[in-house]
Amino acid sequence: MAEEHVITDSEERIFVAGQMQLMWWRFRKHRVAVVATFVVVAFYVVVLAADFLAYTDPNTTEAYRLLMPPQPIRFFDNGSFRPHVYAVSGKRDLKTFKRVYVADPNKKLTVRLFARGYKYKLLGFIRTDRHLIGVEGATAAESLFLLGTDEKGRDVWSRMMVATRTSLTIGLVAVALSLVLGVFLGGISGFYGGAIDSVIQRLIEILRSIPTIPLWMGMAAAFPREWSVEQIYFAITIVIALRGWTGLAREVRGRFLSLREEDFVTAADLAGCSRKRIIFRHMIPSFQSHIIAAATLSIPAMILAETALSYLGLGLRPPAISWGVMLQQVQNVEAVALSPWLLVSAVPVIVVTLAFNFMGDGLRDAADPYGI
Amino acid sequence: MLAYAARRLVLAIFTLWTVTVLSFVIIQLPPGDFVDAYMAQLSATQSNVSEQHFESLRRQYALDRPMYVQYLKWMSGVFSGDFGTSMMWRKSVLDVIGDRLAMTMVLSLGAIILTWAIALPIGIYSAVRQYSIGDYVFTFIGFVGLGVPSFLLALVLMYLGFTLFDSDIGGLFSPEYQLEPWSWGKVKDLIYHLPLPAIIIGLSGTAELIRVMRANLLDELRKPYVITARAAGMSERSLVLKYPVRVALNPFASTVGYLLPYILSGSVIVSVVLGLPTLGPLLLGSLVAQDMFLAGTIVMMLGALTVIGTFLSDLLLMWIDPRIRFGMVQ
Repeated sequence: MAEEHVITDSEERIFVAGQMQLMWWRFRKHRVAVVATFVVVAFYVVVLAADFLAYTDPNTTEAYRLLMPPQPIRFFDNGSFRPHVYAVSGKRDLKTFKRVYVADPNKKLTVRLFARGYKYKLLGFIRTDRHLIGVEGATAAESLFLLGTDEKGRDVWSRMMVATRTSLTIGLVAVALSLVLGVFLGGISGFYGGAIDSVIQRLIEILRSIPTIPLWMGMAAAFPREWSVEQIYFAITIVIALRGWTGLAREVRGRFLSLREEDFVTAADLAGCSRKRIIFRHMIPSFQSHIIAAATLSIPAMILAETALSYLGLGLRPPAISWGVMLQQVQNVEAVALSPWLLVSAVPVIVVTLAFNFMGDGLRDAADPYGI
Repeated sequence: MLAYAARRLVLAIFTLWTVTVLSFVIIQLPPGDFVDAYMAQLSATQSNVSEQHFESLRRQYALDRPMYVQYLKWMSGVFSGDFGTSMMWRKSVLDVIGDRLAMTMVLSLGAIILTWAIALPIGIYSAVRQYSIGDYVFTFIGFVGLGVPSFLLALVLMYLGFTLFDSDIGGLFSPEYQLEPWSWGKVKDLIYHLPLPAIIIGLSGTAELIRVMRANLLDELRKPYVITARAAGMSERSLVLKYPVRVALNPFASTVGYLLPYILSGSVIVSVVLGLPTLGPLLLGSLVAQDMFLAGTIVMMLGALTVIGTFLSDLLLMWIDPRIRFGMVQ
């Protein structure tokens, strides 16, 4: 007689856990992915509270504060905790014609939390003028420069907060569009097979074998000059999604092909389920986690696409603010050498790309039922 | 085998055709036709513009005829080596492009060769010494390589080059060779300048390839034939290099297909950042100036390069993978 297997508590929990619960347990073990998820969430908090975290209106230009280097906040004043910044005054160096800035250690401006600043709507509907930080006794635009200012005298920190909102939502919108196209075309391809499958597969192969950046550049250059910021925003997401759906479609098709032969699908078919019900009720729930992982992994590519296009001056244009638009100001060695702090917008691009990649990897591993 | 090659060829030709259509669409995208833009530009700079000249241009490009006629007209020009006129430079497109196409090819080829040269040994090392410190280091570098877009890497390296070494890492030639005709000295100068941009462009591809190589080799190393060979007393070195590596090599040929569009895309934007004399900066300039025949031609050339490269990699794959040669894999 075979020895009886005793079902332990933890095993029983695994038997009754749903797909999402299992995924969560496996995802939790992937330390890097969990950390990456926190990073991504933090970035989206910035997206929601961009105006609150900024302290100067990102479009305000300050003619006397051009290309200011970053200025540190001093936390202690004579041993007591009192965050402050020194007041600065700018002069033109008559030899080099460069603006130089001198901090005056005698004039201290207190930095305080929840200070009043420019008016905005928090989350789009709460009218307020409170910002996370601000200075007393002067306007923030003239005295607070955590990350310096750009060549028009606009505050880099505040612009970066607002740019985060643009760059990260453009990634989501583009992925959403790609997902719709990818699931639809990939689903048709995998479910019906045959001639329609060949046509879609060849289309994907062709699209994937054309270098994307030149193609995007060509299309983006054709956006009329008079288009508004919003119109260009959506046009860009469409241009990016036109290529982005191919990867997701392949994923969906692969899943459909492997599931089509599964017993539970045959069973559903024999039980008289309609095609629609088989697809939406039985097939999609069993691979939606893979699709979520694949979509997560494709977000960074979309963000990079927008950044690259805007950097070249073919994507979003001022007054829109995105990481790429901000990086436009560092096009050559001279700009990089004279104002290296403008490169700071590259940091969030790199961090968020890595975070999405790690998070997507973790999700993919967690979604794989045969993974360890 | 022939069926495989023939199918690839048909697909390549079809893709090439799609590329020409897309390029033509790009030429047509801006509002107004090419002659309108040309006319506006000419009358801005010159006072005496002859109406007849424009009429003959319109006839030449069949602008008064339907779209497909215009496309056919353009294509027949392309086949006889006439890619149209560049408005910005007032020269034929081919003259403007000059040796930039060759430069783009040299740069992309350099990037691919470096990608392979770096990824192959590292991939083998990471698989054979799985979970060693070296493996972790390379995995980390690989992830960073995947995450950092090439043009940002170029920017950062440019800054580091400037602050640490006080040198401009841009360009493919030293200033003294910039305008010189080709000579041995210039070729040597090019070889000296090529590796850095090539590494920048190839980095993300390298990272990907290391991961693929490592995974494939790990799968192979666990197979019984490896254990048999080891049990028979074969030296570890020739054991790894002779059999599993050869099987795991397939991605090197097959990834050219997706590596090439990737690398050409990267070369365009990295060239803009580093000011390399390739098609990239020219494409950007022509798009900004709405010089559409030039832009369309460049997009077409980049697309054609990819398609031809992909086709060659398919043939290469056929050569190294007997499963395809003997028609066992579709």
